[in-house]
Amino acid sequence: MLKKGGIVLPISMLPPGKKAVVVDIIGGEGIRRRLIDMGIVRGVEILVVKNDVGPLIVGVGEMRFALGFGMAQKILVEEL
Amino acid sequence: MEKMGVLEGRKELVVALAGNPNSGKTSLFNELTGSRQHVGNWPGVTVEKKEGRLKFQGIDFKVVDLPGTYSLGAYTEDEMIARNFIIYDKPDVVINVVDATNLERNLYLTMQLLEMNANLVIALNMSDEAKAKGIEIDKDKLSQILKVPVVMTVATKGEGVKELLENVLKAVEFKGERYRIDYGKELEEGISELESLIKEDEELSKKFFPRWLAIKFIENDENIMKEFSSKTALMEKVKLIQKKLEGIFGEDAEVVVADKRYGVISGIVKECVKKRSTPEERYTLSDRIDRIVTNKYLGIPIFLVAMWAVFEFTFALGNPLSDWIEMFFDWLGEVTASWLESIAAPDILISFIRDGIIAGVGSVLVFIPPIFLLFFAISVLEDSGYMARAAYVMDRFMTALGLHGKSFIPMLIGFGCNVPGIMATRTLENTEDRLVTILVNPLMSCAARLPVYVLFAGAFFAENQGLVVFSIYLLGIVLAVIMAKIFKKFLFKGKTAPFVMELPPYRVPTLKGLLIHMWERGSLFVRKAGTIILGVVVLVWILSSLPAGVEYASAESYIGRLGSAVAPILKPAGFGTWEAASALIFGILAKETVVGTLGVVYGAEGDALFEAIRQHFTPLSAYAFMVMTLIYIPCVATIAAIRRETNSWKWTFFAIGYTLILGWLMAVIIYQGGKLLGFN
Ligand SMILES: Nc1nc2c(ncn2[C@@H]2O[C@H](COP(=O)(O)OP(=O)(O)OP(=O)(O)O)[C@@H](O)[C@H]2O)c(=O)[nH]1
Ligand SMILES: [Mg+2]
Repeated sequence: MLKKGGIVLPISMLPPGKKAVVVDIIGGEGIRRRLIDMGIVRGVEILVVKNDVGPLIVGVGEMRFALGFGMAQKILVEEL
Repeated sequence: MEKMGVLEGRKELVVALAGNPNSGKTSLFNELTGSRQHVGNWPGVTVEKKEGRLKFQGIDFKVVDLPGTYSLGAYTEDEMIARNFIIYDKPDVVINVVDATNLERNLYLTMQLLEMNANLVIALNMSDEAKAKGIEIDKDKLSQILKVPVVMTVATKGEGVKELLENVLKAVEFKGERYRIDYGKELEEGISELESLIKEDEELSKKFFPRWLAIKFIENDENIMKEFSSKTALMEKVKLIQKKLEGIFGEDAEVVVADKRYGVISGIVKECVKKRSTPEERYTLSDRIDRIVTNKYLGIPIFLVAMWAVFEFTFALGNPLSDWIEMFFDWLGEVTASWLESIAAPDILISFIRDGIIAGVGSVLVFIPPIFLLFFAISVLEDSGYMARAAYVMDRFMTALGLHGKSFIPMLIGFGCNVPGIMATRTLENTEDRLVTILVNPLMSCAARLPVYVLFAGAFFAENQGLVVFSIYLLGIVLAVIMAKIFKKFLFKGKTAPFVMELPPYRVPTLKGLLIHMWERGSLFVRKAGTIILGVVVLVWILSSLPAGVEYASAESYIGRLGSAVAPILKPAGFGTWEAASALIFGILAKETVVGTLGVVYGAEGDALFEAIRQHFTPLSAYAFMVMTLIYIPCVATIAAIRRETNSWKWTFFAIGYTLILGWLMAVIIYQGGKLLGFN
């Protein structure tokens, strides 16, 4: 599971190519629920595919998601 | 025949298709029932419930295709339709269509379906893609664990369909227990406490599977909580248990429930799935394509080039084909006229056939090739997976408007027809965003308006036809964006819903799929030509020929008088003729009839119609007329769709009103501005 002591930061701060583990989702219940339903949950490994302008593109397993910047700021991860 | 027993006296078995968006439900539905419902490679293609029928081993099935959903906790209109059907209509069997390449996430819905005690059969769809990706699923193991039949399918090729149906029949008779998640001591205590309360309440326990309802209460499911807010005693108990669990776990109970579910799923996946060891590949082929298509500099140019290519394709191939159809109608017109004359038919009949039917319907049917080709090109965008990327690329603009990229998909669909475009807004989370997206949808130029552009651009701008028509479409997008901004600013001040959207993998469209799409939508257009357009054309002809004794299609005919009453208003826009006015009026019934009406009142189709247009318009007024056709008043079918989806007459009339004013203003600005600049 989680390594203790890693730096926790919003996924919006990771450059493309980085992998990270979701630690927490902050923000409103609606947002969290939507992400949970789509498979972005605590403990899941997430890959940043694109992060420059516009929404991020992230990967969970074979799936790819476009994530608005506001949304991405609410997903806290620990870099792998 | 001995299987008839499963029906227990009922007429048919009701089987629903449920699953995540884009998992292949509609493909499977089509394969099962021989229907041709719309399939596309992006999440949210199906937004309404569709029924189809089939007979298997002597038993009648009613199959229901549902919109895709990630969970039963529905947020959007389309998800609500799926949720409500499954939980209230209680189909005999639910076929859970699972995308085998994403087993983990897909099983999240499966768990919820099991929880509500739905009679499940799992279709492990896309098993071809899973295999290609080196994902091996032990389906027997999966079936053993979940205690649910599991069938491998490839919906697009019809593989596994028969086996699926056999298992559906078996499932009907299944009486045992399915898999049940053990949520751990604390949660289970809360669940069973609520469960026993629910069982005491006859109304509740009749309507729902008690354990499922108990879990939904603990999860604080919005829809369920709303539905039972009046049961205060029960609600208090629910709150109490939620509080208690939050005390134990230090966070919301719903998160604990979800964590538990995913934990269990992850264990199941580990047991059943083997990913063939491939060299570590961070980026898939789709990622590599996306790197170019969604690139911050290239994304928008690529989108524009794609659109432009659609129109070039439409015209380059469509025009020569149109010429043939035109030749056919010219020939038909002559042959029938001379034949009618030879049998000494009355003049009125000759006029009816030649000026009415052939000129009216013929002038519209000439545009079959470009319309079919446009649908073909749109299908390529849809099936390849580009739709979701276009939404992604446009997110930058949409965000500036206070909407987000997802709102762009209904707009793109509007290029085919505004009715499905407006229905596609069901996938948006936020009501205000949805209303704005509905209101601007008519500005997206649908295929029915294409004949007007082809006709006018062909008459005046034959050299740059593709470009001129492209400019009209672009103007539609720009106006939609501006209007959305205005509406969002002054009418709907709400905040934008957070943006998250699945990007499906790119897929190579199959020719068969593309042809089916083209045919399905194109043939609707042909059918329309034989019904509403024919009807309008006949009406226009009658109005052109009355009152008795009037010169055909003169300003004194009824239609002439009607058009003349409106024409002065259109004068500042450069097309203040009664012919143009009446074409616009009848165009409201169906936009194709703008051309049809002109055909009848000028008594011409094909080359003669081009000639008539050149006589009555100038290049500048022709462009203004195209702009007017783009914007003014949606057609009646679209008006009806707006009424249905907004459920409000106020917004329906608002849409009619603002488009009319905007269309007139734009046409006048273009005409007067163009004149000032020295154009003619
Ligand atoms: N390779 C492969 N592609 C498939 C299969 N089933 C469906 N597809 C493709 O997957 C895409 C989605 O198919 P649909 O049938 O529209 O999916 P859906 O579940 O109805 O989607 P929504 O209505 O949006 O929820 C289309 O591009 C299909 O051609 C399959 O078994 N194998
Ligand atoms: Mg579908």
